[in-house]
Amino acid sequence: MESALIVRNLTVSRGYRTLFSQISFEAMRGCVLELRGANGAGKSSLLRVLAGLTRPDHGEVVMLDGEGGDAPFHLLGHRDGVKPQETVEEQVRFWVRFYGEDFAVIRHVLEQVNLWKRRDVPGRGLSAGQRRRLALARLLIAYRPIWLLDEPFASLDKDGQALVKDLVKSHCDKGGTVIAAMHGEGFDNALTFEIVPPQKKNVMDAPDVLDACL
Amino acid sequence: MKSISLMSLFVRELKTAWSGGGGAALPVGFFTGAATLTPLALGPAAELLRAAGPGILFIALALASLLPMERLFQADLEDGTLEVVASSGASLTGVALAKTLAHWMASGLPLAFIAPVLWIMLLGPVNALGVVLLISLFGGAAFFFIGSIGAALTAGVRRGGLLIALVALPLYAPATIFGASALYAAAEGRDASQAMALCAACALAAIALGPFAAGAALKTALD
Repeated sequence: MESALIVRNLTVSRGYRTLFSQISFEAMRGCVLELRGANGAGKSSLLRVLAGLTRPDHGEVVMLDGEGGDAPFHLLGHRDGVKPQETVEEQVRFWVRFYGEDFAVIRHVLEQVNLWKRRDVPGRGLSAGQRRRLALARLLIAYRPIWLLDEPFASLDKDGQALVKDLVKSHCDKGGTVIAAMHGEGFDNALTFEIVPPQKKNVMDAPDVLDACL
Repeated sequence: MKSISLMSLFVRELKTAWSGGGGAALPVGFFTGAATLTPLALGPAAELLRAAGPGILFIALALASLLPMERLFQADLEDGTLEVVASSGASLTGVALAKTLAHWMASGLPLAFIAPVLWIMLLGPVNALGVVLLISLFGGAAFFFIGSIGAALTAGVRRGGLLIALVALPLYAPATIFGASALYAAAEGRDASQAMALCAACALAAIALGPFAAGAALKTALD
């Protein structure tokens, strides 16, 4: 198995709080890596570090697929990037132009996420699940070997979740890599990386302090 | 792998500016309204209007240019578009340039084109209309690109409009001084070319430096 992304000794803090320290892992080609941990453990922050948006305190992220100037990954954050005033088709058209692809893919992409019939609806008329589907459509416009997904199942119904599983599976079959921050049900055959908070220095845990309280 | 294009951002911005919710008409309306109220407030004395008109016109232009700044980057930051664009490898300087240029074309150009009309309303001499148009173009460009720095710095702040004014207005001073003095020179029939050239220099400096400052500020806003 080949690595697609290597994380070495990563430490990230927000403000004065250290989210996690000295974590290291690798993501393999053709595999799903699930990031798990409690709310606030730093799953989203880790994804943002991987995407290069947040600078880590220590450590490094190596992407082995990097070629050319463009980033070798897609980021699906927890915000969908949907414009309320633009129709579904216009938004996909924007991303197609942004990624420098051919407009012919628009129909195919929208059919895949089951939004082709709703292509004339403006963003403000979409439900949360449909906005999520529109965000997923962005991943399909241009091929990037690594997908960074932040809770990809959020607001999706049963069909939508099955759709995400299908998309992820076919991406992995093509040799792509998926790193997903997850809660609850996960993907089949996925590797898991658990983010644990750094050792808390809680004064109340010290027995002598507890005695004083009593 | 095909490379990403910032032209797409420019086109989208220009399209949405005049369709629903873009708000490109707001500064134009403000500019027209402010200049229309001036004669009503100052009274019908032609002498007073001639003396105050050019200055008021330029102040109104500066304030109207501030209006679209609050939403320049904020919407993209809030809905997550900016993090996708930034993480795709696009340069944030380029993003700032594309968006500011689109906004200047959507509302800065209309502002410059109605300025001569308002100039006549404020009893300015008709033979100076070309100069008024040019100064409004330069001044507007300077105001938009300087304002984009304030817009980027306050993109993450809710109701950051006042902060933008505080950040940008001191930087508006040089363009205001040269632009208004060029307008007065044109009103009095003197040669306006020196002050106009300095106003154009302010605009060029703002176009050259503003996107870098705004790009750096956006990077911080995303962190």
